[in-house]
Amino acid sequence: MSVLVYIESEEGKFKKASYEVASYAKEVAGMMGTSVTAITFNAEDVSELGTYGVDKVLKVSNEKLKNFNAEAYSDAIKQAAEKEGSKVVVLSQSANSKYLAPLLAVQLEAGYASNVVAVPESTDPFTVQRTAFTNKAFNFTKIDTDVKVIGLSKNAFGIKEVQGDAAAEDFSPSLSEEDFSVNVESVDKATNKVTIADAEVVVSGGRGLKGPENWGMIEEMADILGAATACSKPVSDMGWRPHSEHVGQTGKPVASNLYIAVGISGAIQHLAGINAAKTKVVINNDPEAPFFKAADYGIVGDAFEVVPKLNEKLKEFKEKNA
Amino acid sequence: MKILVCISHVPDTTSKINFTDGDTKFDTNGVQFVINPNDEFGLTRAMWFKEKQGASVDVVNVGGAETEPTLRKALAIGADSAIRVNTPATDGYQVAKELAKVVKDGEYDLVIAGRESIDYNGGMVPGMLAQLIKANFVNNCISLEIEGEKAKAIREIDGGKETLTASLPLVIGGQKGLVEESDLRIPNMRGIMQARKKPLNVVEPAETATKTEAVKFEKPAPKGDVKLIDPDNLDELIDLLHNEAKAI
Repeated sequence: MSVLVYIESEEGKFKKASYEVASYAKEVAGMMGTSVTAITFNAEDVSELGTYGVDKVLKVSNEKLKNFNAEAYSDAIKQAAEKEGSKVVVLSQSANSKYLAPLLAVQLEAGYASNVVAVPESTDPFTVQRTAFTNKAFNFTKIDTDVKVIGLSKNAFGIKEVQGDAAAEDFSPSLSEEDFSVNVESVDKATNKVTIADAEVVVSGGRGLKGPENWGMIEEMADILGAATACSKPVSDMGWRPHSEHVGQTGKPVASNLYIAVGISGAIQHLAGINAAKTKVVINNDPEAPFFKAADYGIVGDAFEVVPKLNEKLKEFKEKNA
Repeated sequence: MKILVCISHVPDTTSKINFTDGDTKFDTNGVQFVINPNDEFGLTRAMWFKEKQGASVDVVNVGGAETEPTLRKALAIGADSAIRVNTPATDGYQVAKELAKVVKDGEYDLVIAGRESIDYNGGMVPGMLAQLIKANFVNNCISLEIEGEKAKAIREIDGGKETLTASLPLVIGGQKGLVEESDLRIPNMRGIMQARKKPLNVVEPAETATKTEAVKFEKPAPKGDVKLIDPDNLDELIDLLHNEAKAI
């Protein structure tokens, strides 16, 4: 009756968020007095998962599952959960996991809690804390079903390394044609670019930057910090930056460790999208900007003077601490 | 083509979030309710299908009578008729179950829902609905075209986008990108007058099965004041980010 965790990978490499969901699964398994089983898709070397608390890995190798497919993946995870008698299935909150989790929950007749931010308050009744009202509140949700599906918010638990070995076992779920009735025609992904979803640091620019031609210093800061770049809604609406960089209520949510906002005043819709970021820094020349109320650290100053200087300082810091 | 657009009745973004009854219920006092923003993008895309391809568009909400002004607004924007399933929305599964019945009864080809509502942010109803009715499903959908029985959709993925094809019936978890914000429609006087005459059918719930229960709410601890740093002393910021926040 192990806790099952879905380990996401990309081109055979595990995504960092997967180590966090594995660590979380280990904690939940400890509370329930059971072990952790992971399921991987087309991943070759799974031995390192033992370091994050996984006891056993079900390895699915299937060329048809090379591209993510919500229906097929959820069908495979369902079969893994049934085989292992798992009462709890843990997933991340990546775009793909959020896509498949509701399908899986229905297949397993399980209650699903998304955006979970802590280990269960209790396992009997099974009660978890999750965010609601776009991070303006927490909601404690009791899951009444025998099987539970948990979507863990990024950076909510952290990665915890342990001593352990993961035993690998090949697993061949039976998949039908219906699992592939949504066809992936093409994937268009920016390579070598840190994504907002995966980034530990996000550097974001707003209207205060006055035009797309001034984004060089934002990109430079992102380069130095290994960060993703983002922007406020007006900036994407004006076409200065792509929509995929728009952070906020109707844009992307940010749950990075550090969020640096340059020239963003902090409209309520924007703040709703970044509430889950751990540390927030704002640079703005208007001391009355609402962002100063939401930020941990603030600099009242002209971005065009502050950011280049800050970039130099960050470079020095990185060189010293390399 | 018969389209059903799922409409969540949610507190306006700027609402103050408070709770009553020992922090077990959302305090609706003084709160303005609106069409969930992600659903509004979907509704506008449905209007496009109606105008360009002759689709019919119904809207649906699971909720009490207090949600009717939100449905009337959707009618004023151009939907043909509205359905209200007369039961409070208590969890994502229950809502999906009720919607599944509406979809089956109405024999809809395409269901457009928002990727998530801005109140409970569950992000589960569209996917659960699709699974319950055995329809194809595309989440985080930012583009949708339909030709006959075939749909071509683009969905946002982490760090890019993906183009997908599927046949109808199809459920979409939509978001900004399905249409641009500048394309969203504000009901005009004619639309508001017409909406009064359009059918708003109240149907009784099929069942009340839930799988989860929101037992209590809590607001985050108040945040401390911002630490202001002199722009001429950026070393201090770096020191704080490194040693205090441990963020770099």
